[in-house]
Amino acid sequence: MEAAPRPDETLLVEALRAGDETAFEQVTREFSPVMLRVAQMYVSSRAVAEEVVQEAWLGVLEGIDRFEGRSSLKTWIFRILTNTAKTRAVREGRTLPLSSLAGADDPQEPALEADRFHGPDHPWPGHWTARPAVWSALPEERLLAGETRERLADALEGLPPNQRAVVTLRDVHGWSSEEVCNALSLSETNQRVLLHRGRSRMRSALERYLDQEGSE
Amino acid sequence: MIETTEQLSCQELVELLTDFLEGALSPRDHRRFEEHLSHCVGCQAHLDQVQTTIRLLGRVTPASLSPDAERALLETFRDWRR
Repeated sequence: MEAAPRPDETLLVEALRAGDETAFEQVTREFSPVMLRVAQMYVSSRAVAEEVVQEAWLGVLEGIDRFEGRSSLKTWIFRILTNTAKTRAVREGRTLPLSSLAGADDPQEPALEADRFHGPDHPWPGHWTARPAVWSALPEERLLAGETRERLADALEGLPPNQRAVVTLRDVHGWSSEEVCNALSLSETNQRVLLHRGRSRMRSALERYLDQEGSE
Repeated sequence: MIETTEQLSCQELVELLTDFLEGALSPRDHRRFEEHLSHCVGCQAHLDQVQTTIRLLGRVTPASLSPDAERALLETFRDWRR
């Protein structure tokens, strides 16, 4: 069941219909970053993804009079976005097998290298060879330093687009799993697989950075 | 033999971590997970790393449209309104 439109959404929809520029700026500022990530799942480059987002907003404006509030505004906007992105992907000549978007068919990708654990011949097979560091014990200034954030942002750019979209929506923007599944047309299971792989890669990136910094 | 439930290894726990955080494990696996975690400092540290990663991701500045694209968007809006 889809959520009933929130009262503040009704006001927003009315404002958009009335051509209120401030309302448009507000809603585009809120959603465009997320839309950009989602568009990047479908098309080849950042530049094309930006065009897709612009095209989708035009679709939103053209359709806003017909929006009935049967789904949330957010769900509706993302439906327009994914349709726009898919159309563009086809025009770009990209083939998009659903499984590649879902990521569930990818070969197993362990969260950590096998050598972090004892092998089958050890008395404790599958147990840590060395205890991982406790990061929450690190000084807060270090964790929150601009450089740490930049490293994370760079690592996020380096994720496969489908993992990047899920991690960005869940962890950067704080969306719920249900919202992400709706916006990306993913099953709960596939969403979790992508979240697990994406977060694991982000943890590894952070580990490489923190270890190199803190090894003195 | 009858009473023992198969123990999770650390390597297995690491792969179940997201399902655990998402509340997606079966009651039995959830119990096995919590049991292992309660006495394994290595896995507690790993969980701490993942939770720290999630917390720091919440502070990353989201990438957004280029200023050119934002200007173009506003132009589109003004055209549409006419």
